[in-house]
Amino acid sequence: MDDILLLDAIERYLSGEMSPEERAYFENLRNTTPEIDQMVVEHNMFLHQIADYSANIQIKQTLHEVHQNLLERGDLNEGGALSPKGKVIQFFNKYKRVTAIAASVGGVIALFISGLAMYFSTAVNDPKLEQLGKDLEVVKKNQQYQGDIINEVTSKIPINARLLSGGSGFLVDVKGYIVTNAHILKGTGAIVVNSKGKEFKSSIVLIDHVKDLAILKINDEEYEAIKSIPYTIQKNNSDLGEEIFTLGYPRNEIVYGMGYLSAKSGFNGDSLSYQIQISANPGNSGGPVFNKNGEVIGVLSTKQAQADGVAFAVKSKNIHAIIEDLKKSDTAFQRVKLPSKSSLKGIERKVQINKLEDCVYFVKAYGK
Amino acid sequence: MKGDTNEQALLKGLAHNDSKAVEIIYKDNFNMIQAFILNNNGSYDEARDIFQEAMIALYEKSQTDSFVLTCQIKTYLYSVCRRLWLKRLQQMGRFTGSVDGFEETVAVEEDLETHEKRNAEFVIMDRALNSLGEPCKSLLQGYYLKKMDMNALAAEFGYTNADNAKNQKYKCLMRLKKLFFSQYNIGE
Repeated sequence: MDDILLLDAIERYLSGEMSPEERAYFENLRNTTPEIDQMVVEHNMFLHQIADYSANIQIKQTLHEVHQNLLERGDLNEGGALSPKGKVIQFFNKYKRVTAIAASVGGVIALFISGLAMYFSTAVNDPKLEQLGKDLEVVKKNQQYQGDIINEVTSKIPINARLLSGGSGFLVDVKGYIVTNAHILKGTGAIVVNSKGKEFKSSIVLIDHVKDLAILKINDEEYEAIKSIPYTIQKNNSDLGEEIFTLGYPRNEIVYGMGYLSAKSGFNGDSLSYQIQISANPGNSGGPVFNKNGEVIGVLSTKQAQADGVAFAVKSKNIHAIIEDLKKSDTAFQRVKLPSKSSLKGIERKVQINKLEDCVYFVKAYGK
Repeated sequence: MKGDTNEQALLKGLAHNDSKAVEIIYKDNFNMIQAFILNNNGSYDEARDIFQEAMIALYEKSQTDSFVLTCQIKTYLYSVCRRLWLKRLQQMGRFTGSVDGFEETVAVEEDLETHEKRNAEFVIMDRALNSLGEPCKSLLQGYYLKKMDMNALAAEFGYTNADNAKNQKYKCLMRLKKLFFSQYNIGE
């Protein structure tokens, strides 16, 4: 209690709230008691520390806002042709020969490595690795169960098609583009279900079995685009030990899990993915892995069969790569744009999840 | 000399976290830095990171009593960014030996050292605050960061009166101080 009174006195003294008499008394006390003098000095320093910390947060906030504003107004450019052309050409001429040599060496190496990768790749049929797509039986059971509860809602799966597998996926463009794992999409098509249980028809627009990623596009009149996606997709690699969390559909309901990044490479040193420590179940496949700021750092894909809690996530920079592939594949996809603004930094996890829920979908693949 | 007074005014604005001034400085300088980073092995994200870091360094410099900028804002920001980027490249092992860009630079090493030290302190404070737990964390943030008054805080957290809230705040503050200094002194 005495400590609190003293602290209160010190704070009032430092902020100049004391009356002149009290101040004189306190200063006298400071002079005669070195301990108190020391406390005042220490506390003053600490208050400055807090003030600086607070100012730092505010200036960061301002910078973030200014950047977004300028981006929106087109005063800044983060993509497309930007660097002055002349320089590029000048550069090209200067390094033409080096580039040519480097390219041919690179080509040979690439061929060699891709051969090696084919040979050693962590193939789907590796028994030590378990894909987290739900198998047919489980999904079928769930489907029946769902059917029992809500009879009036008819599924959007075509009548003569069979449900093959299920997993999770998440929006990367408000127009209805969803990223998920390639291994989930076993059949000819897929539907997606949002966190409120509403189904939408979708089509597979790109599938990349090497990266184990795929892009779905919702093609449904009932789909209403959300205003904006609250997360960005990280381009850089994340650091070891980073706190992560995931949302997915191991059940018919959205489920949250958290853990940490445990290695910078995946199964058997696979550099396309991270190893993460998280409890993942079949159905989590294709779900987003977020860092604590709510930015996507990966796509949850497989787990090690014999080890508990060891899972693997495809690195998020691969999403950037497949989006580029998608754009190249057809002019219709030219306008696909990954979210550029993350608005979840520094807010509470519950609130983050609340905002993220709408962007995470249950993916159900079907085939004839 | 008109340019000079203009820059002074901008720096003053920056020192007070005035978003208009920040915006002008941002707009005048960002593209140059972005081009520099992109031309030297960097990405858009990295350009943004580095530039904002430099802006914060300038902001911190502008807070000191003895603050004088002996060169143009542009030169200063470029020098800081160049230094930061070289360092980052080296850390990532992407450094190729030569960095393109021949703008004039000034010595900024000392400023950056202070800046890094401060960053380290902020990390300690951040960690200390986050390990406090609720409601201590929010209470202290409300009082010291959001500058809310004790009555408003008491109402928001449901304390019966401002004095109780104040007592609680001091208890939390003592814990925070302990956490902070235990880390801080290790760092020294």
